[in-house]
Amino acid sequence: MSASPLALVGSAPVLAGLDPPYWAATLIKVGVVALLVPTTALILGIVFLFKVMSWMQSRLGPQEAGPRGLLQLLADGAKFIQKQDIIPDAADRFVFKVAPMVVLISTFLLYVIIPAGPSVVVESLDTGVFFALAMSSISVIGILMAGWGSANKFALMSGIRAAGQLIAYELPMVLAVVGVVIQAGTMNLNGIIAAQADFKLFGVVPFPLFLLTQLPMFLVFLAAAQAELTQPPFDMPVAESELVGGYQVEYSGFRFLFFFMGEFATAFAFAALASVLFLGGWSLPFVASDSDFYTSTAFWLIGPVVLFTKIMLVSFLIFWFRFTYPRFREDQLQKVCWKYLIPICLVWVSFTAIAKVVW
Amino acid sequence: MPKIPAFPGKGMFVGLGVTFKEMVNTLKPDSKGGGPVTVQYPHEKEEPAPRSRGVITLFEENCTSCMLCSRECPDWCIYIEAHKYLAPPRREGGKPRSKNALDRFSIDFSLCMYCGICVEVCPFDALFWSPEYEYSEFDIKNLLHEKERLGEWFDTVPDFEPYEAGSEQKVKKVPG
Amino acid sequence: MAAPVSERDQLAYIANQAADARVNLEFESEGMTLNMGPQHPATHGTLRILAKLDGEQVISCEPMPGYMHRGYEKLCEVRTYPQVTTLVNRIDWLGSFANEVPWILAAEKLMGIEAPPRAQHIRTILFELSRIGNIALFLGDLGIQLGGITVGFYAFRDREHVLNQVEAVTGGRFHPNFDRIGGLKDDLPKGWIAETKAAMVKVQKFCDQVEDLLIGNEIFQSRTRGIGVIPQHVAQSYGLSGANARGSGIDWDLRRDSCPPGLVYDKCDWTVWTHPDGDSFSRSWIRLQETREAAKIVDQLLDTIPSGPIMAKVPRIIKVPEGEAYVATENPLGEMGYYLVSKGDLYPFRVKIRSASFNNISIVPWLCKGVYVPDVISILASLYFILGDIDR
Repeated sequence: MSASPLALVGSAPVLAGLDPPYWAATLIKVGVVALLVPTTALILGIVFLFKVMSWMQSRLGPQEAGPRGLLQLLADGAKFIQKQDIIPDAADRFVFKVAPMVVLISTFLLYVIIPAGPSVVVESLDTGVFFALAMSSISVIGILMAGWGSANKFALMSGIRAAGQLIAYELPMVLAVVGVVIQAGTMNLNGIIAAQADFKLFGVVPFPLFLLTQLPMFLVFLAAAQAELTQPPFDMPVAESELVGGYQVEYSGFRFLFFFMGEFATAFAFAALASVLFLGGWSLPFVASDSDFYTSTAFWLIGPVVLFTKIMLVSFLIFWFRFTYPRFREDQLQKVCWKYLIPICLVWVSFTAIAKVVW
Repeated sequence: MPKIPAFPGKGMFVGLGVTFKEMVNTLKPDSKGGGPVTVQYPHEKEEPAPRSRGVITLFEENCTSCMLCSRECPDWCIYIEAHKYLAPPRREGGKPRSKNALDRFSIDFSLCMYCGICVEVCPFDALFWSPEYEYSEFDIKNLLHEKERLGEWFDTVPDFEPYEAGSEQKVKKVPG
Repeated sequence: MAAPVSERDQLAYIANQAADARVNLEFESEGMTLNMGPQHPATHGTLRILAKLDGEQVISCEPMPGYMHRGYEKLCEVRTYPQVTTLVNRIDWLGSFANEVPWILAAEKLMGIEAPPRAQHIRTILFELSRIGNIALFLGDLGIQLGGITVGFYAFRDREHVLNQVEAVTGGRFHPNFDRIGGLKDDLPKGWIAETKAAMVKVQKFCDQVEDLLIGNEIFQSRTRGIGVIPQHVAQSYGLSGANARGSGIDWDLRRDSCPPGLVYDKCDWTVWTHPDGDSFSRSWIRLQETREAAKIVDQLLDTIPSGPIMAKVPRIIKVPEGEAYVATENPLGEMGYYLVSKGDLYPFRVKIRSASFNNISIVPWLCKGVYVPDVISILASLYFILGDIDR
């Protein structure tokens, strides 16, 4: 690699010539993340849950709220917020109330490290990928709390299923990412993007995406992401026709909104991770990482747009699988994870390690 | 016997193809044979079939208050009140004829199960089906349609259709 | 000789034993009782299933129908024959013309009236159309129960074509009320035959889509193959009928083997589908094939409708002479039969409705021992019952 990937790490306000004090910068960062999470949940919900799902089912989807029905989720959100806060009598009040917030907190933390440009990132951590995977595991606790604290047998069963599933699928996700980290040589997300922009297969042929050398890992990551989001075909915890909503069954009003937002915002975050790790993030193909284009002011707009396009592509894949397939049974789910996904990961990781040393 | 896929996993790909093709089909404009199946009521409305059982209408001239429809209704939702009166004789020096005059004829559409027995059983062709269906009310008592309202639907009764080849039925005529 | 046990020691010993007993009691917990209550997306209507679970496995499972009992058999005792025809539509509300047929055939048998050939022909066509409407919804519902919701939407979309045709001829989509003793109420409107042929083409396309999207899907197959296996002798002893029996290898179809006079299945060329496995997959696959077969039958019958009157000579006021008759037909859900007892007056004396779904769910307690909870859903979906049919 020509330039050190860490050279791209800067701080946006510093590059712009401003130098805000630490507390102001932190407040701005918190505000950005707080705004981003509902916005991305909204975008994904409207585009995929309402529109693309409807088109795949030969119908139109919501049409009345806003132009062509695009404000439907806002209307739904407003409806949820103004509903009565119902807590079951036998429920453990503290656990019941805190569970959606735990799920949402893990989502917020995921957005901290997603880079939308060389310096357009809330916090560029050296342990970027490790941090992301660790934070996404926090939601498991939230789901377990919701399942237990709801005092509902369906919720309890769903919480137990979720525990098994989500913990099991952490492994393929981590292993899928290990191959990328070996190839890039760093866990910093901006560094991984720079490594992709500079990557040359066998030291000769420029190959701008890790997707091409890590295709099985990309597919495994997608499957693991789908399982982490409890989306069909891995949605045993929220099996609508059996458990009637699973761990979300007793939640209504704004608490349900938190779960809903958490699910879609996390889907966006996972898609963002996948596009950063495998599709090159904000980098354009065949433009080297130390090119001036990346540090120009025009790129502050182009970078997020490029990333957004890639995120939409990956999300389309995730939601396409969601709308087409029936769901696995719990033990079949675990079988897929332990007997198929993890061995593939291990084999490919060793292959990547060998290839990295040789070439 | 069920088809065996050529290689394991083929069914998953084919399934993805089906949904993708359907999505493309829905986005195609109507002229190319695509488009969604949604009919956006109330901006667009589908045409119900002419025989569609929407609402019952009364042609008062033909009604003789024989009460057959009221008796045969499985829900007893038709309320008829009539009185006898003496009409002038047909010829000079004859006896005055006793005829029925219809005072009240109402159908309670909140009870009606739209079976059509009343229309079928009327010997004088006073009841007809109309495909109109937009008469929802906010108050349930407004679903009791009296004589006047039942007569108002009469303009919406379509003509009886001709039959398929091979049928020996005669096409009935809508009076008036 | 050992020292005498002091009182303190005795108390300590008893306390120890009690503590052990407590721990044993806590560890030997009974299974959890899960009530998949009357309101549940998986039961097609208001069926309550009381399941005792051990973890995710079902120890015992008891279906409790009756939440939708409307008292049909008693209602029929105080209604005239045409009025009963309108009521009977509502037993199996998805294939509603199919409910009228055995009732009318039973009354015709007692009266000794035979419908003219044209009426018999059209009656069979409408019967098969109701079968398509019913089973197309089953295929969609199978997808929804197992998580592939897209198939459900396709089913509703393509069922519309069949319902539009039924509406064009009878006036009602869900409750046609078209069969009469001695024939049918009215004849076919002009253009109906061509439109129905076009609708059958769309139904065949839908069946192909379902096969690609659902039946051929590996996940669906792993959820249904080997699940809910009903051996042949068990199916016979529990009185299963329809596709549930044929799914266990019993080659019995009332249309071919014991067709009552009044339906013209012998005039067209069709096959009966069976499958030896007896699992959920075989039942689902057989119903898919039945839909295709029904579309084929309708196609053939549409070409050969004889001309003639649509109604035989029947008195105005229908009084069925004294006697008893039982007529059963191959309804979409299974074997449906009406046992009609008449004492010669306007109202039937007693009508016993043998509905298919009631016998079909009698096997659920036997079948669901030891299966996982998701499999209970897949079994219920593949057995296919309609609550109106169970409870009447």
